[in-house]
Amino acid sequence: MSALTDLTIADARAGLDKRDFTAMELTEAHLLAMDRARSLNAFITETPDLALERARDADAALAKGEGGTLAGIPLAIKDLFCTEGVRTTASSRILENFVPPYESTVTANLRRAGAVMLGKTSLDEFAMGSSNMTSAFGPVTSPWRRRSAPEIKLVPGGSSGGSAAAVAARISMGATGTDTGGSIRQPAAYCGIVGLKPTYGRCSRWGVVAFASSLDQAGPMTRSVKDAALMLGAMAGHDAKDSTSANLKVPDFAAALTGDIRGLKIGIPKEYRPAGLADEIARLWEDGIAMLKAAGALPVEISLPHTQYALAAYYIVAPAECSSNLARYDGVRFGKRVEGKTLDELYARSRAAGFGKEVRRRILIGSYVLSAGYYDAYYTKAQKVRSLIAEDFRLAFENVDVILTPTAPTPAFAMDEGDAADPVTMWLNDVFTVPASLAGLPGLSLPTGLSQDGLPLGLQLLGRPFDEETLLRVAGVMESAANFTALPPDREI
Amino acid sequence: MALDQDTVKKLAHLARLDLPDAELAPLVGELSRIMAFVEQLSAVDTSGIAPMTSVAHMTLPRRPDVVTDGNYPEKVLANAPDAMDGFFLVPKVVE
Repeated sequence: MSALTDLTIADARAGLDKRDFTAMELTEAHLLAMDRARSLNAFITETPDLALERARDADAALAKGEGGTLAGIPLAIKDLFCTEGVRTTASSRILENFVPPYESTVTANLRRAGAVMLGKTSLDEFAMGSSNMTSAFGPVTSPWRRRSAPEIKLVPGGSSGGSAAAVAARISMGATGTDTGGSIRQPAAYCGIVGLKPTYGRCSRWGVVAFASSLDQAGPMTRSVKDAALMLGAMAGHDAKDSTSANLKVPDFAAALTGDIRGLKIGIPKEYRPAGLADEIARLWEDGIAMLKAAGALPVEISLPHTQYALAAYYIVAPAECSSNLARYDGVRFGKRVEGKTLDELYARSRAAGFGKEVRRRILIGSYVLSAGYYDAYYTKAQKVRSLIAEDFRLAFENVDVILTPTAPTPAFAMDEGDAADPVTMWLNDVFTVPASLAGLPGLSLPTGLSQDGLPLGLQLLGRPFDEETLLRVAGVMESAANFTALPPDREI
Repeated sequence: MALDQDTVKKLAHLARLDLPDAELAPLVGELSRIMAFVEQLSAVDTSGIAPMTSVAHMTLPRRPDVVTDGNYPEKVLANAPDAMDGFFLVPKVVE
């Protein structure tokens, strides 16, 4: 049955329709893969019983010809999505025993489409990080290894690191991620898979543990562009319970993959080529431009002049929203509690014990930039710069249809290479993904090549608001041209 | 701008984060480095620029102000660290 875990979602769904195999068989093959790959630590909570139950339901629905678009498809769910009756931790001690009495809209939508949940995947604590190293449940190991040093464990990227590792290691056919500053796209690039951050408002945030509400957006992580289209179609949709959810019809995203990109204008922003950009990344980008050109698209150099300020603006806005959102963890209504003599002492002790170092640091920065006397100098200033960054993109998209950039400045790094004491260095991983997050634009990362040391590298496509279809269309062409077939050495099946 | 120990202590209090003395000095250094990094924004001319207040260009939807949810206190209390008779329990606040 080993081949079952290598299928794409689209092929598996077709196989289920043709009765080549059952949803039970498909789920069992993936549960076996999960067993064998446990050393990656991709999952915080495994839900095999629930998976088998949902597979049984999917088989019943398929037998009646009533299977949804994802009927019987085994998926992993980032442990930031609340799942009714299944522990949801956000990779934090403060939520280590939290069992939501409700289901997030996105996971409810996936369930309605017939998807089978295999378990809840690890992430950086509260989605704050680019390495999955800040999880309270231990780091996740990437299934990829350097050719020159296969004994060194690499990070899967973050924050959706467990999801990326699970999909790359063939434990799940797809996974949900969330992206605040690059948390879907960067781990997708590090793990050699496709990751799509939709336009802000495309997927409901209801029931997703909040980090920075003006930036957070859920999206699919898959092994093909078509799978990303299928999964996004099931996840997206208007939701009255999220006031920022867009009241737009969900298009047939898979139908957008026409293979025809003739005449499309592809923006190549010169600011994404900083001095010192690694040769192999610059070459990957050139190769990507050549692929699109060969398919009839027109590369156009563009300028996004405020790009260099995006990280600084992000690291004011995101911590500010983080400090507000995380104020709810008080040790009283839910989550970890450490007793104190007074209510204030109970709050301070519970929060100090429950939050990890990176989260505490961001709460403090957020408290500082929002505090009286500094609010205008930092927070308002950052929101103004954010307006300028969004305006850069708006003007650029008057002349181009999509923008092509590298996803990350480097391939995956080793676990001991992330310098926890110098957060700013770690943040540079997000330098290419953060600007589009600030502007709320859709972005997709797809693997198009390997580094000299055998690690996957990704290119990023950015699109106009709510134009995921053009993104997917261009990505589909690029996927065929790049023909990325490399497999991670730690793939367990 | 560099933060000093008193400012960081005050922030920790505002954020209700217990901060052991041993962690204070390294934290002051880390937070100061972060603030030095974001300081580069002061180089951007933002005169006449409105701060972004909404990512998606949409008007906030309204709904009738009616109760749409509720009547399950046991669900609400299910994750409470300490609860009794339908209430959350906290240390005595009023002597």
